[in-house]
This record gives sequence, C-alpha cells and structure tokens, in this order.
Amino acid sequence: MGMTISEKILAAHAGKKEVSPGDLIQARIDLALGNDITAPVAITEFARIGVDRVFDPEAIALVPDHFTPNKDINSAEQAKVLREFARKYQITHYFEVGRMGIEHCLLPEQGLVGPGDLIIGADSHTCTYGALGAFSTGVGSTDLAAAMAAGEVWLKVPPSIKFHFYGQLQPFVGGKDLILYTIGQIGVDGALYSAMEFTGETIASLGMDDRFTMANMAIEAGAKNGIFAVDERTIEYVTGRYKKPYTIYTSDPDAEYRLTYEWDVSTLEPQVALPHLPENVRPVREVGNIELQQVVIGSCTNGRLSDLRAAAQILKGHKIHRDLRLIIIPGTQEIYQQALREGLIEIFIDAGAAVSTPTCGPCLGGHMGILARGERALATTNRNFIGRMGHPESEVYLSSPVVAAASAVKGRIVHPEEVLKSA
Amino acid sequence: MLKGKVWRFGQDVDTDMIIPARYLNTSDPAVLAAHCFADVAPEFARQVVPGEIIVADKNFGCGSSREHAPLALKAAGISCVIAASFARIFYRNALNIGLPILESEAAAQEVKAGDLLQVDLAEGINTNLSSGRVYQTKPFPPFMRELINGGGLIPYLRQKLAGTGEV
Ligand code: SF4
Repeated sequence: MGMTISEKILAAHAGKKEVSPGDLIQARIDLALGNDITAPVAITEFARIGVDRVFDPEAIALVPDHFTPNKDINSAEQAKVLREFARKYQITHYFEVGRMGIEHCLLPEQGLVGPGDLIIGADSHTCTYGALGAFSTGVGSTDLAAAMAAGEVWLKVPPSIKFHFYGQLQPFVGGKDLILYTIGQIGVDGALYSAMEFTGETIASLGMDDRFTMANMAIEAGAKNGIFAVDERTIEYVTGRYKKPYTIYTSDPDAEYRLTYEWDVSTLEPQVALPHLPENVRPVREVGNIELQQVVIGSCTNGRLSDLRAAAQILKGHKIHRDLRLIIIPGTQEIYQQALREGLIEIFIDAGAAVSTPTCGPCLGGHMGILARGERALATTNRNFIGRMGHPESEVYLSSPVVAAASAVKGRIVHPEEVLKSA
Repeated sequence: MLKGKVWRFGQDVDTDMIIPARYLNTSDPAVLAAHCFADVAPEFARQVVPGEIIVADKNFGCGSSREHAPLALKAAGISCVIAASFARIFYRNALNIGLPILESEAAAQEVKAGDLLQVDLAEGINTNLSSGRVYQTKPFPPFMRELINGGGLIPYLRQKLAGTGEV
C-alpha cells in the first residue's frame, strides 16, 4: 500500500517502514517551538520531569513574539521566564526583541525548518512549515515540555485529504484567496484530524510566501497539518538557509486519501471571510458596503516580504482613507530591513500607515491596535472569532494584503481594481 | 482491564459542559471533580462511582484547550471515555494526563446508559457485558499503555528518563 508525504515523514521519524491513519506512534522530532504564552507553562511542566538538561539545545526554538515588546508587567514576567530558561539551558535559537520575528515567519527564514522534518510547536499555527514539505503540527504545553526533555512526541497518524487546484489565477488572487476559498468550501471542521495535502498546477505556480500562507491556515479547517510537495521553488528557498541534509518525500500514486477535492480556480475572485468564522467566505465583490475603522497587514499568515510588496504596489501614491487606521507589521526584522531597502516602508508611511516592529500584536487582540466596541477591521490574519482583535462587539474580516491595502485607501472593503482604476 | 457502568452523553460535548469556565480558577482535581458536568448533568458528580465509563457520540471534548476537562473526568473517577470521535486537543490532553480514551462508532451507537462495559486497553477489545456485544478498537501501543498506566506524560517521562539515566 502506498503512503502519502505525511505518512512517510511520520514513519521515518518513528523508525517504522510504514504507518497508516489511526496508528499511534512515538516519533523523534527535529525541532520544538514555544512562544511567550505557551513556553512558560511548558517550562513549569519541564521542571516536574526532573531532568537537568534539554535533549538538544539546538533543536528548540523559543520566540517571544506575542506580547512583545512587552505590553505590561505580566507579559514582561512571562518573557523573562522564557529568557532565563533559554540562558540556563543554552538554547541556541532564542530570539530576543530586536532580533526576532513572528515565530512562523522567522523559523523558515532562519533556516530552522526544512523538507522532511518533523516539527512540533506549542502554537496552533505551527502547521505553517508544511509549505516546505515538512510535517509540522501544533501541540499543548505538556507536549512541548516532554519534547524538550526527550526529543520525542506521540502522534496519531492522520488520514490525508487531497486538495487539487488547477487553472491560472486571476490578477490579485493568491495563496490567501485559495485557502480562504478552501475553508469556505469545507468548513472549519472540514479537515478535522486530517492532513491537508495541496497539489495541482496552480499550487506549482505559487511562490513560497503564498504556500506558507496556505499551510498556516490548515488549522482553520481543523487539520492537524497542511503539506506541499517539494519542488524547485522549495529547494531554492531552503538553499543557503537550511544547513542540515534533508530528505524529500513524495506521495505514492497509490497512496490512500480520505477525500479528494478538485477545483478549477481560474475564475476565482479575491476572497474575504466575514465575522465570526474563517468559513464565512465570499468573493470580495459580494461582501456589500462594509465600512472599516482599521486595517491590519501582517501576522504569521501575511507578514512576509511579498505581502508587503503587494500592499505597497496598491498604496504607492495613495493616501489611506481619513477615517481609518492602517497598521502594517513586517513579520521579521529581516523582512523589515528588506522592506526599508526597497522603499516599501516609506510608501506605507507616506500613505498614512503606522508601521511597527515585528510582533503578533493585534492579531490575537494583544496590543498594538485593539478594537473598541462596534469597530470593524479588515486584517490579513487568520482568525476572525468573536473578540479576536479586541472588544467582543467588534468585528474582524479576513483578506489578502492587496485587498486590505485597497480597502484602506477606500475606507471600505473593495476589490483592488477600484483603487488602481481611480489612480 | 477496566470495568464499569456507563454514563451516556450525546454529540459535541464541549469542555464548558465538562467543567464550566467559572471553576477554572483552580486546578485542584478534587474541586474540579465536584463540579464536573455541573450545568448539564448535576447528578453526575454526586453519583459517579470510581471506574465508571463515559460513552458519547462524535466530537467529544470540543471547545477550549483546557487540560482541566480531562482532569475533572479523571478525578471524578471515570476510568475511560469511549466516543465516536474526539476533538483533537482534548484527545492529546486526555492521554497526556493519563485518561484512556477510545474511538468506536459502533459502541457510540449501541451502548446504553447503565450498561456494564469491560475494556481491555492492551487488546483494544471492549465488551458490553449487558448485551454481549464486542467492539474492537485499535489497541494502544505499549508506550501509550505505559504512559496511561504511569499517570500521564510527565510522570511517564520522569520514570523513563530517570530509569535509563538518559538525556
Ligand atoms: S501572528 Fe497571530 S496567529 Fe500568528 S502566531 Fe502570532 S498570534 Fe498566532
């Protein structure tokens, strides 16, 4: 019986010839991730295990990105727990404020994740690294503690679902629209427990940033992981970053899938998710007249360089609407610097945007752009649950960076063409 | 081998039903157990006998990722939960704290409240002693049985890593 990429990676890390969906395995991990919210809990649990060192100081990444630069005393205490743990156990990949980024933008960029790896993180969007052909999934703090001590995790092998996309995408349509469309079709539990495998000619034509965006939101369909086959673009991306040898796995032709979806996306329009679930998806021209008070461009979903370039392409020579705040947050320091060099930051500030150092900030309603009662935001983030960005009576819409930038100019949700036409 | 009478629940039993959020200001197992199912089955905490088993329909444990939910069930004396399916994080949390859980659609369809069940975790065989029906589930591999028997992931590791002197 053939196996899928996900099954092959899990089998290899469990030291088995083959695994099948439903098997419980104990697998060796290549990297464990924690942040300033989840790692402190894991560090308390770690102490209960009673070991005096971590399994491998080079295979743990600790990133204080959620409430940093610290927004209050509590968050400062949490970040301190992380920092002291990192020092005590000489964790190589601890990223201090000023040198950090949002974890899921940072780890691939820094070459800490590569094809064929098994990665766990105490953060639900750890599934992002599946874009590189890795098996990567979110776990709890107890799991992180155990992984830091033993370098292992137990996993239930998920069944795979295949998502096959074909057709050439329209202008202004990209990875974010494909994943929003997908979640709109199958619902927020449409891939529960499962591995989402993205294939087809449309996927092959996508750049890495678009693939990261798609894998990032696999959890929004309930999936355990999202995964892409490795191709030349993947190899180009990891070359020079990822220093370890890696293995490329491909799904066998006779691998078994729980379900297969096939979609012609050649006429797909930019997509928007309406409050309060990522599955409430509509083409941008069908959302109606939605006035906005805030637009946020950033997050582990869409805070990468190509996202900023796309936003700048729209914003160049425009001012944002006078009744609206635009907050732009580059995903990492490296992305921030490159955006500076390319003149993107200047375009943003000229347009009237507030640009911030990398942080999760408003994405989880943490800081740096919290919504008041009744306010409405369009964000390039991944969740629009009730109160996600602030007051329980505020609203969050989700879209790609081009739609977000165009909407910031118009003060309501619009198709990017509306801005370019009026230029 | 586990043996106990059955408590029946339906589908989508969420973590707020298992332990309402107002009791989350403690992680004392005894307190959690006293309020387990407080809103939806107030008699549960008073009447549950150690060793009893919960059988439920699909998506048991959905909602928040609170580890308090499986903790409350375990502290109440529940020896095993059998459901058509579990929410993903509840599944991890339950096994990590040493509460065995099993997936069986057939059991979820047929088992009734008050039935006497016998569960063999090593073989994955669940026998309904009241009806005589047998439900086969995937047996837990040895490491998972050790983990459950040892009281969960942290105690299991403490033992394992101390035992071998490894790490
Ligand atoms: S940017 Fe948002 S979704 Fe991503 S890790 Fe931070 S809080 Fe989570």
